[in-house]
Amino acid sequence: MRGAVALPFLWLLALVAAPLLILAVIAASTAADGIPPFALPTGWQGLADNLAVLADDPLYAAALLRALVVAGVTGALCLLLGYPMALAIARAAPARRPVLLLLVLLPFWIGFLLRISAWIGLLRDEGWINGVLLALGLIAAPLPMLYSDGALLVGMVHSYLPFAVLPLFAALTRLDPTLEEAAGALGARPAVAFWTVTLPLSLPGALAGFLLVFIPAAGEFVIPELLGPPEAQLVGRVLWTEFFQNRDWPLAAALALALLVLLVPSILLFQRLEARA
Amino acid sequence: MYLGLAFLWAPVLLLAGYAFSADRIPFQWGGFSTRWFAALAANDRLMEAALLSLRVAAGAATLAVILGGLAGFALARTGAFRGRAVFGALAGAPLVLPEVVTGLSLLLLFVALAGLTGWPAERGATTVLLAHATIGLAYVAVVVQARLAGQGREMEEAAASLGARPLVAFCTVTLPLMAPALAAGWLMAFTLSLDDVVVASFVSGPAGTTLPIYLFSRIKVGLTPEINALGVVILGVAGVALGLAAWLLRPRRA
Repeated sequence: MRGAVALPFLWLLALVAAPLLILAVIAASTAADGIPPFALPTGWQGLADNLAVLADDPLYAAALLRALVVAGVTGALCLLLGYPMALAIARAAPARRPVLLLLVLLPFWIGFLLRISAWIGLLRDEGWINGVLLALGLIAAPLPMLYSDGALLVGMVHSYLPFAVLPLFAALTRLDPTLEEAAGALGARPAVAFWTVTLPLSLPGALAGFLLVFIPAAGEFVIPELLGPPEAQLVGRVLWTEFFQNRDWPLAAALALALLVLLVPSILLFQRLEARA
Repeated sequence: MYLGLAFLWAPVLLLAGYAFSADRIPFQWGGFSTRWFAALAANDRLMEAALLSLRVAAGAATLAVILGGLAGFALARTGAFRGRAVFGALAGAPLVLPEVVTGLSLLLLFVALAGLTGWPAERGATTVLLAHATIGLAYVAVVVQARLAGQGREMEEAAASLGARPLVAFCTVTLPLMAPALAAGWLMAFTLSLDDVVVASFVSGPAGTTLPIYLFSRIKVGLTPEINALGVVILGVAGVALGLAAWLLRPRRA
């Protein structure tokens, strides 16, 4: 029994705890020429310096804020689109549910990058949507759709939608169907019964779905890079640039820490919801 | 429901359909052709990257199932032990950390290790495998823990009261109970590894170009119909795998 704990515990200490600790140490270092490009910290002064750089340059605060806003809007849109889907699957005949769930999940197996590339093919100036609209004579010149906030959100929602649908579906199937029947028997119309019984009871599941989208979306790098406007510097992209192009490892590490600290409340809330479920 | 499904499927189906277009510009119809499948098969770099990705994903998923299975079992069955709270938090951390944070911190670990011990001298397939195994571990642990929590301990206790030693009881009773979760966890870890760009980009080196890293650099430069053809191949493989799984798991009369 001891062994069952020891092996994964050591692995997690080495590959989860240690890396985060090292991240904190590097965030307290100063950038220097060399390989690797930093000098180890002598105290907490380095961390304070790096955080001061992050605080002084509005670029970083804007990138963090923008990432949180984009992640929040993505989460909200995923709920808006995902709730009716989860409800329809939960209310379908039990034999049909696996098929419907599979239809939600299967587009994922084609791979995240291929789905994004499909959106590029649809949205760009000479892309499919513009081609169809031009052929129908609805527009005279191609609409510039790619590299916009709209394209960014479409890509984000398309990528993260199942993360919202699955916890919602789980929450909705756990509900006792007799509750809504009871509301109906007592004279509530279906819409009222849904609004006053099912919806409030499914809110924890909805919140879990929102957080499951929000948390990873906040650090998203690839979709903004491929679909978003070039000036949209989300934190994932800024971190990437600082690290790979400017080779400022301490600043990138400090930025990662800042993102992590901002996400801690959401992460704790999500874990509490999961523990209760 | 159907609106949502249409939104999810439309781009995928268009991508698949236009893979058979002869036109050099993707998403433009130029008559039926399979030339892009031939081009795909002749693309050595892509094929190499795909093979590497499959190897890394299989290795990472297998490691993740062993470690995550043990972790999930420990969390569901061993009760209180010292450090349980830390253990649980660490096992859940990879699920909720943003990819850029995971990738960056793991890279810093490998750099620090190389500085201290000389290993890993070069980052590549091995470091990506270790990173993916760690993320996969977290997913497997959650699935296994949920599966075991949903099953009573009666059968294990019965085995013990009939004289089975703990290891025997584990192998003959608990392990079969965990099996569906382990299979699902392997598949999840495998898919995650095959699809990961960000963590792999951080912890990989020049010798470790996985398929997503290759595709990401290609798509940034511009689309080609080869990528559509690749999508059809992947969907085909996924469909066959799914059919096979459904056939294996078909309800059988006793």
